Amino acid sequence: MTQLILFNVFNGLIVGAFYALMALGLSLIMNLSGVINFAHGGFLAVGAYLAYSLIPYIGFWGGLIVAPLLTAVIGLIVERVLIRRLYGRDPLYSLLLTFGLAFMFEDGTRFIWGAQSLPYQVPAWLLSPLSSEFFFLTGYRLFMVLIVAVAVVGLFLILGRTRLGIRIRAGTLDLETVSVLGVNVRILRNLNFGLGIYLAGLAGVLAAGMLGLQPTIGSSLIMPSFVAIIVGGLGSLPGTLLGGLLIGVASGITTVFFPSATEAVMYVMMAAVLLVRPHGLLGEEGRF
Amino acid sequence: MNGIDYNKYTATAVVWLWLLTMPFWLNAIGGYSELGTRVVVLGLAAMSLNFLLGYTGVLSFGHAAYFGLGAYGVGLTIRYLVPSTGVGVIVGTLIGTIAGAIIGPMIVRLRGVYFAMVTIAFGQVFFFIAFRWHSVTGGDDGLTGWSRMPINLGFTTVDIQHDARAFYYFVLVVFAIATGVMAWLLRSPFGRTLIAIRENERRARFLGIPVDQHIWIAWTISCCCVSVAGALYALLNNFVDPRALYWTQSGDFVIMAVLGGMRSFWGPLIGAAIFVVLQDYLSSQTQNWMSFVGLFFVLVVLFFPRGVLGIIRRRLAS
Repeated sequence: MTQLILFNVFNGLIVGAFYALMALGLSLIMNLSGVINFAHGGFLAVGAYLAYSLIPYIGFWGGLIVAPLLTAVIGLIVERVLIRRLYGRDPLYSLLLTFGLAFMFEDGTRFIWGAQSLPYQVPAWLLSPLSSEFFFLTGYRLFMVLIVAVAVVGLFLILGRTRLGIRIRAGTLDLETVSVLGVNVRILRNLNFGLGIYLAGLAGVLAAGMLGLQPTIGSSLIMPSFVAIIVGGLGSLPGTLLGGLLIGVASGITTVFFPSATEAVMYVMMAAVLLVRPHGLLGEEGRF
Repeated sequence: MNGIDYNKYTATAVVWLWLLTMPFWLNAIGGYSELGTRVVVLGLAAMSLNFLLGYTGVLSFGHAAYFGLGAYGVGLTIRYLVPSTGVGVIVGTLIGTIAGAIIGPMIVRLRGVYFAMVTIAFGQVFFFIAFRWHSVTGGDDGLTGWSRMPINLGFTTVDIQHDARAFYYFVLVVFAIATGVMAWLLRSPFGRTLIAIRENERRARFLGIPVDQHIWIAWTISCCCVSVAGALYALLNNFVDPRALYWTQSGDFVIMAVLGGMRSFWGPLIGAAIFVVLQDYLSSQTQNWMSFVGLFFVLVVLFFPRGVLGIIRRRLAS
C-alpha cells in the first residue's frame, strides 16, 4: 500500500511537473501580454511531433534540444503575424484567435502525422528501473523531473539575472513605463511569447515519451495548466509552479483511493482555493 | 429617436418572420428541418451567452457546462424518472441554473481574462463527471435509450416525437419565452444597470450599485437560458454526449455571438445561423473541417470583429 501511494505520488509529481512547465509558459504570456494562449496545447503537440520526426536524424538528445527551439520559432512567427495585431483590443479577441489556432494545430498534426498513437523512442538505458524495490523509478521518469527542474531554474535565472528577464518582469508590472524608458515593447513581447512557447515545446518532447504521442496530447494537458495557474495565483510564477505540482500530486493520490475522481479533484481544489483566496495561493490582490 | 426605434421594430419583425416561416422554405434551398431547429437552439445558447458577454461585459468562456447540464438533465429525467418532455426540460433547466447559481459567488469577484479562465476551468468538472460516471451517463458513448415524448396539452397532443415541423415550433415557443424574458429584463432598470456596469464598472460602483451581486444575477439568468437551450439540444438529437459539455463547445458559442454582433440583441442568432450552416457544409465536404473552423475563427477575429450586425449598423449610420 505504501508503495502504491508512493508510486502515485511520484507519478503525480511528474505529471504535475508537466502541468507546471506548460502553465509557466502560459503565465509568462498572460502576465506580459494579457493573452490566454489556448493554442499552447497545440504548440506542445507540435514540439512533440517535431521531436518524433527529428529523432531518426539527430538522435534523442538532438531532438530534445532542437525541437523546442523550432517550436519557439513557430511561436515567434505566430505572435508576429497574428497575435500582435490584437494587443490593446478586448481580450476576447485574442482568446478567440488562439482558440481557432488550437483547432488548426490539433487538426494539422492529425493531418500530417495521422490520428493514431505513434511510438516514441526513448534510449533503452533510461527505461530500466533503478531499484528493484521501487519498480516505478525508471531512469526516464527521474530524467524528466531533472530536465523540468533545470528548465524551471533556467527560467527563473533568465527572469532574475538577464536584461531581457528584468525587462519582462518590469513590463508585467507596468508596460507603459518600460516603453517610455526606451525598451522596444513589441520585441519584448515577441521574445516573451517565444520563451513561453519554448517551454510548451519542451513539455511536449518530454510528455511524448511518457503519455504517448497523439494529436490530442496538448488539449488534454491545457485545462490542468489553467487550474495550476488559478490555484497558484495569477501573476505569480512561483505560484504557478506550486499550483502545478500540487494538483499533480493531489490527482495522483486520488487515483489510489477513488480513481474515477482523478481529474475532478483538481477542480475541487480550484474551487476551494477560490473560496478562501480568490486570487490564488501566491497571487496578489488587484492584479486582475 | 423615432427612427432608431423604428429600426429596432423592423429588425425584430424580420427575425420573427424568418423564424416562423423557416420550415416552409428551408428544404427548398437545400437545407433540412433539423438544421433549422439546430440554428434556433444554438442561437438561443449564443443569445444567452451574449446577455452576459455583450450586455454585462463579462467574459464567460464556460457556458458549455450549463448547456450540457441542461442536456443531461432532460436526458436523465426522461431515461430514468418520468417519460415527459416538459418535466425533462424543467429539470434540465433547474440543474443548469442551480449549478450556475452555486458557482457564481466564487467567480463574480474576478474580471477579464481571469474570469474567462476560471469559468472555462469550472466547466471541465461537469465534463469529467459525465465522462467518468459511466453507469449513469453512459460515459464517452453518450446517454442513449431515450427520446423526446409527445406533449399532452390536455385538449390535444402535439407529436413532437415524429413530426419534425411540430418539434421545430415547440422549440420556437420555448425560444420565444426565453428570449422574451431576456429582452424584457434588458429593458428593465436591472438591464440598464447591467449596461452601466459594462460601460464603466467603477462609476457604477461609486453610484452605489452592488456590482458583484448584479453580475451574479446576470450570470445565473444567462446560465438558466443556456441550460434551456441545452435541454432543447438534447431533445433535438435524442442523445447527449460529454462533448456538449466540453470547453470547445463554449468557444463555439462565443464565436457565434461575436460573428453576429455582440452589441445587438439578435446578432448571436444570426451568428449561430452562419456558424451552423458553415459547419454542416464543411463537415460534409472535408475530413479536416476542424482546421477550417479554426481558420474561420481567426478570420472573424481579424476581419469581422464587430460582427455582421455591427457592420450593417455602421453602414446605416454613415
